[in-house]
Amino acid sequence: MDAIILQFLNGLDKGSAYALIALGLTLIFGTLGVVNFAHGALFMIGAFCAVTLQRLLSLSHQIVDETQKDFLGNPLKVDVPYVHDWFGPAAGQTIIEWSVPLAILFAIPVMALVGVIMERGLIKHFYKRPHADQILVTFGLAIVLQEIIKAFYGANPIPTPAPPAFTGSFDFGAFIGLDPNTIIYPYWRLIYFAFAMSVIAAVFAFLQFTTFGMVVRAGMADRETVGMLGINIDKRFTVMFAIAACVAGLAGVMYTPINSPNYHMGMDFLVLSFVVVVVGGMGSLPGAVLAGFLLGVLESFASLGVVIDLIPGINQIIIYLVAIVILLTRPRGLMGRKGVMEE
Amino acid sequence: MSKSDLTRRRVLKAGAAGLATPTIFTGAVWAGSHTGFMNAPQGDTVTLGFNVPQTGPYADEGADELRAYELAVEHLNGGGDGGMIPTFSSKTLEGNGILGKKVEYVTGDTQTKSDAARASAKSMIEKDGAIMITGGSSSGVAVAVQALCQEAGIIFMAGLTHSNDTTGKDRKANGFRHFFNSYMSGAALAPVLAANYGKDRKAYHLTADYNWGYTTEEAVVQATEAMGWETVNAVKTPLTQTDFSSYIAPVLQTDADVLVLNHYGGNMINSLTSAVQFGLREKTANGKDFEIVVPLYSRLMARGAGANVKGIFGSTNWHWSLPDAGSQAFTKSFGTKYGFPPSQAAHTVYCQTLLYADAVNRAGSFNPCAVAEALEDFEFDGLGNGKTLYRGADHQCFKDVLVVRGKENPTSEFDLLEIVEVTPVSQVTYAPDHPQMGGAEATLGSCNPGA
Repeated sequence: MDAIILQFLNGLDKGSAYALIALGLTLIFGTLGVVNFAHGALFMIGAFCAVTLQRLLSLSHQIVDETQKDFLGNPLKVDVPYVHDWFGPAAGQTIIEWSVPLAILFAIPVMALVGVIMERGLIKHFYKRPHADQILVTFGLAIVLQEIIKAFYGANPIPTPAPPAFTGSFDFGAFIGLDPNTIIYPYWRLIYFAFAMSVIAAVFAFLQFTTFGMVVRAGMADRETVGMLGINIDKRFTVMFAIAACVAGLAGVMYTPINSPNYHMGMDFLVLSFVVVVVGGMGSLPGAVLAGFLLGVLESFASLGVVIDLIPGINQIIIYLVAIVILLTRPRGLMGRKGVMEE
Repeated sequence: MSKSDLTRRRVLKAGAAGLATPTIFTGAVWAGSHTGFMNAPQGDTVTLGFNVPQTGPYADEGADELRAYELAVEHLNGGGDGGMIPTFSSKTLEGNGILGKKVEYVTGDTQTKSDAARASAKSMIEKDGAIMITGGSSSGVAVAVQALCQEAGIIFMAGLTHSNDTTGKDRKANGFRHFFNSYMSGAALAPVLAANYGKDRKAYHLTADYNWGYTTEEAVVQATEAMGWETVNAVKTPLTQTDFSSYIAPVLQTDADVLVLNHYGGNMINSLTSAVQFGLREKTANGKDFEIVVPLYSRLMARGAGANVKGIFGSTNWHWSLPDAGSQAFTKSFGTKYGFPPSQAAHTVYCQTLLYADAVNRAGSFNPCAVAEALEDFEFDGLGNGKTLYRGADHQCFKDVLVVRGKENPTSEFDLLEIVEVTPVSQVTYAPDHPQMGGAEATLGSCNPGA
């Protein structure tokens, strides 16, 4: 029972990342009709926003400590962050340690800008091109972006820890009335799940309860008619691309304490997220979220020891097996709409 | 790949020259002979091929290897401060290149992929005329390139490759490894683990699902079980895995009190991070503190794992803080040129380049079979790690191994590991036909000069 609950929590956690990335993918596909293989790169750029802010906050000047030696036997040069000088060592260190949550504020304008540049600079030229062309150009863009990040930050993962207040583990077992220390779960992973739910709710609320969202939903259903009503739907779709980039970027920012970011992390999520979108139903936002959590939980349960003992390697293929079964029984996915990608 | 495909033109060229050369060589006969073998150097230069990952997940290791190779070439040609040449026990290197020929080099990108590594090695051999290939930051790549060099008739001086197989079941007559291996890690680590954590322990292994992972798991399991530990479970994890939470969670459901992470690179960083996040380091099991072990440490990887490595035991081939004259000379030379201390990958490839050059000088020939003969059972000192033997039976270097621990209070981003014990070579030596090394069936085969 403990193992099942633990893997369920793991599944929700993985599902959070899948759902956030798949949500952005679906937003772009639903509004612009573009299959964006560079979406994983947006997740990665978001993560590197956290790395960048951490480095900016850690910008230092050096003082020479005559009492210590460096590796060459010279007096040790100690880095002193400027924020220590400005706010005092304790407060300055706290600011550096909170760089990941602070990076949320940093990432929103950066990702919006990246999204607008990407859409206006490249992707708009491929709106009327076949999906194969879109896939090729966005996949190429993803490779370019990850190579740029590697050139600046190197190939090895960069530690980006959570604030010390959230680095420990939570006794989830005791919380739900089981024996203490039976289900221990990291605080930050619980925060990630809560954050993902908040972002998903905010996106749905934005689309459901604002005039802007209403126009976008109308555009998703019938772009030509909305255009004939005199509404500049292209401008709104550009904003939606920026919002999708922000969603992916924020998912990346908050993911950094879970796994140290590296230039390849976007590609690691991209394929699975596309499977999530297809299983959820192309163009269906609720479908993307539902499929994200469903496949995340299934993948985690497939990693249970008894399951692996029974069917070795099942955890590696479960998502694709489920995708095949769902597409055979429901060709449009769980919540797909008629007519999407069927022309 | 067929030998004729790879070497046809050069084989014809070199073979024609070689007709006048005896087929049975001795050390004396090698001297002065620059024909009858693959890519025999012409003119006053000789070209070495540095095959390292310049892209892909191990690009940082590759970059550090390339720095060390460039430093070695500079020193061989008489530039810089000479690095470890003055401390090297063999005194044939005089700063005038190799056999009086100025050393030049070409580089290839392995991408940490076997096929890409073979393609770049093949290109350096065929197009650039490289007389020796060296490098790599992966055992899969090392085994693949070593086999190619064997076919081509080129010496392969392996870089960072830790799997037993490189000089075990996949050993080749043309291949040589300075770096230590999985068996040595297990043999060095187990006594330290028993001394620090006791002999009554239950270990759970997570193992990268490829060649290196298997041999490391086998080595650590056998060495720790010989000390009295019990292995509760050993689970393979895909090389592409990034989130290890699904693999860490089941550990909590067993009665294991030690987690061994047979992971390297990004795998190690991510699995260790997950293990720490799930509170394993604060956990107690069987009345003892839960412990984590990382059999193969790298400073570059430790930097990625950050504070999570503190207090965790592992093994390493070399560390810049070693006090011997050779290590200090290399650290000073490298640190002065590049501004930071060298990694173990940089150290091993620098040593391999010097060892190759010295072997050529001692043999008096670039002929691969002469070089191999000079390297076999060669004993040397002054390159760090103490007295070292390049064993002839399997072309593996035998030297002291370091057991290290993540430092509690590092003074810089380079000062992450502290040396706990220098395990003497006698403790990590094994028979050439050891079962972990392929048993009695494992053989070097015959040296191939390529012509």
